[in-house]
Amino acid sequence: METFYSILPELIRIVICAVCGAVIVFGNALVMGYAERKLAGHIMLRPGPMEVGPHGIYQLVIDGLKLMGKQLVVPAKADPLLFRFAPLLAFAPVFVPLLVLPFSEKIQGFDLDIGLLVILALASINLLAILIGGWASNNKYSLFGVFRAVSQNVAYEIPMLLSLLAVVFMTNSFSLKAVVAAQSPVWFIVIQPLAFLIYLVSIVAETNRAPFDLPEAESELTAGFHTEYSGMSFSLFVLAEYANMFIVSSVATVFFLGGSSGIPLPYFEYSGIIWFMLKVYSLMFFLVWIRWTYPRTRFDQLMNFCWKYLIPFALVNLLITVVMVKLL
Amino acid sequence: MSMDVKALEDDRHHRYVLNMGPQHPSTHGVLRVLLELEGEYAMNLLPVLGYGHRCHEKIAEFKPAKSFMPNTARMDYLGALIYNHGFAQLLEKAAGIEVPERVEYIRVITSELNRIQSHLLWYGAYLLDLGAFTPIMYSFDDREHILDILEDVTGSRLTYCYFRVGGVSKDIDEKFVTGTRAFIKRLRSRFPMYEDLVNGNIILQKRLIDVGELTPHTCARYGITGPLLRGTGVAYDMRRAEPYSIYSKFDFEIPTGTKGDCMASFMVRFHEMEQSLRIIEQALDGLPEGSIMAAKVPKKLKIPAGDYNSSVEAPRGELSYYLVSDGSDVPYRLKVRTPSYSNLSVIPEMCQGMLLSDVVSAMGALDLVIPEIDR
Repeated sequence: METFYSILPELIRIVICAVCGAVIVFGNALVMGYAERKLAGHIMLRPGPMEVGPHGIYQLVIDGLKLMGKQLVVPAKADPLLFRFAPLLAFAPVFVPLLVLPFSEKIQGFDLDIGLLVILALASINLLAILIGGWASNNKYSLFGVFRAVSQNVAYEIPMLLSLLAVVFMTNSFSLKAVVAAQSPVWFIVIQPLAFLIYLVSIVAETNRAPFDLPEAESELTAGFHTEYSGMSFSLFVLAEYANMFIVSSVATVFFLGGSSGIPLPYFEYSGIIWFMLKVYSLMFFLVWIRWTYPRTRFDQLMNFCWKYLIPFALVNLLITVVMVKLL
Repeated sequence: MSMDVKALEDDRHHRYVLNMGPQHPSTHGVLRVLLELEGEYAMNLLPVLGYGHRCHEKIAEFKPAKSFMPNTARMDYLGALIYNHGFAQLLEKAAGIEVPERVEYIRVITSELNRIQSHLLWYGAYLLDLGAFTPIMYSFDDREHILDILEDVTGSRLTYCYFRVGGVSKDIDEKFVTGTRAFIKRLRSRFPMYEDLVNGNIILQKRLIDVGELTPHTCARYGITGPLLRGTGVAYDMRRAEPYSIYSKFDFEIPTGTKGDCMASFMVRFHEMEQSLRIIEQALDGLPEGSIMAAKVPKKLKIPAGDYNSSVEAPRGELSYYLVSDGSDVPYRLKVRTPSYSNLSVIPEMCQGMLLSDVVSAMGALDLVIPEIDR
């Protein structure tokens, strides 16, 4: 009993964090789903969703209900177990990285010493889910999507890691809180502009979004790895995509844009979270913006770009960083 | 190459057969392409036709030639007026009907508007194939203006049946002229935006340059015409090569490329829109007054026995009608030579050894209209 009482606050903390994580995931999906459609609409000179509610703000709710009501079709020759399991595997791990993100100095689930590693490790599970889902669909287009997804994600994880590693060498810590604290005079985007650019390019590929949306290139592969998915199992992939966008943008915010630091707002103790969200959503706006502007790259060009430019530059950047850290 | 996917895979089990279409986002209709892939490289391609076949040529043998006009519009729904033009010209040639000058001007103006409309749709759809979602909305915005203008005079928005043997069905009015002039101004002001947003984009250039290269020799072997041929540097355009109607009166250029790759035909089509605008401008300036129907067009149009041919430049290449008459008002045989059919036939050679993404770019560069292939 004694031990139970001693760990009770921690348990409650876990529950609260998990609930907050779920709220963020679903809230983010609603906001981003609506914002992306609205932004896409305005970029394309059309109004976007307008019918359900004022300016179509309930569109996503209605879409969610529709998707929940749809039948989950499992193709005849698909592997039924893996086919159903893949969307869950894509969606389940996105909650955990949210627990270690420092939304402000005071709002953070757990400040782990290996915060960055937790995020990166769990973010890679998404790829496994895509692999399982595409393979289990028993569809050639899905399989092509998977081929592309795996090689693309594996390749782009390297420059992504290397660019973050440059910052880690400067702060000497994997803890996200420590990284934010280290940026008190200048943000790392000023000191590490190349690392930031490399990271920015890598996250577009990591989240499988245009112009690097080759795993789901619909003009070539109809819908890529989720061709056979319908209803909620499809929307779980979409939810996971938006959650992953949020996570990678948050990591960019924490590592390069000073996290929650900003001008303190009057009468508001937790102004940090406003700055944090502002930075995260600006980055996500950027991702949406380029998605609706550029054509898609070709697969070999994408891979060449990674192996021939991003990784060498990231390595050079890392080397310079290490030498400078040692010297200064 | 057999058409059975399973048999094909068993036959060459180290290769992977991907069945693209008949329902596929980038085949633009009911074209089916069997791709034999090694990894992502297409080693062999086989276009499978026949999903949209409506026996247009056979239908022509069962009704008076004059009433075949609506069918011509259904062959190439994007170049309907130009198809009208070719057919009207064929019957006029066969029956020896003189067309008033105003009619020729109206035909040229509307045909060129139709050509721009077709190119605008291709522009958007091609970029959609390449993964850019936005330009199609911009080009449709412009295209909508043409459809509105043409709707006023022809009564329809896509499958026009506006030309008659010996004339056109309705005269153009002041509203049409001012609307067209306003459109010319608008489209000219939009070109710089297209250049900035799309044509100069590095991703687009990397996707198109050196992809699907054709040589004039290959084009000659397959009978490829239109922007693809002009992209290889051969300035062959029916409006100049064998001037029909009153095209010889106008001052316009034939845009050509040099390399014959997808980028060349892309730029040829893009510049053709500007040249069509020039033709329309000149035609509007010189538009004469007069009748819109030839004086003597018999109700029952008897075509003297013999062979007749009429060729026009459709948005996708050379369009020819070949008619054999036995002296009655119903054609004995009507053969339509449509450009996309010949253009499509180069696909197996053009795309051999290409990446799947490049196959999509190359097919988009052909600007296929499937109902024109499957008539």
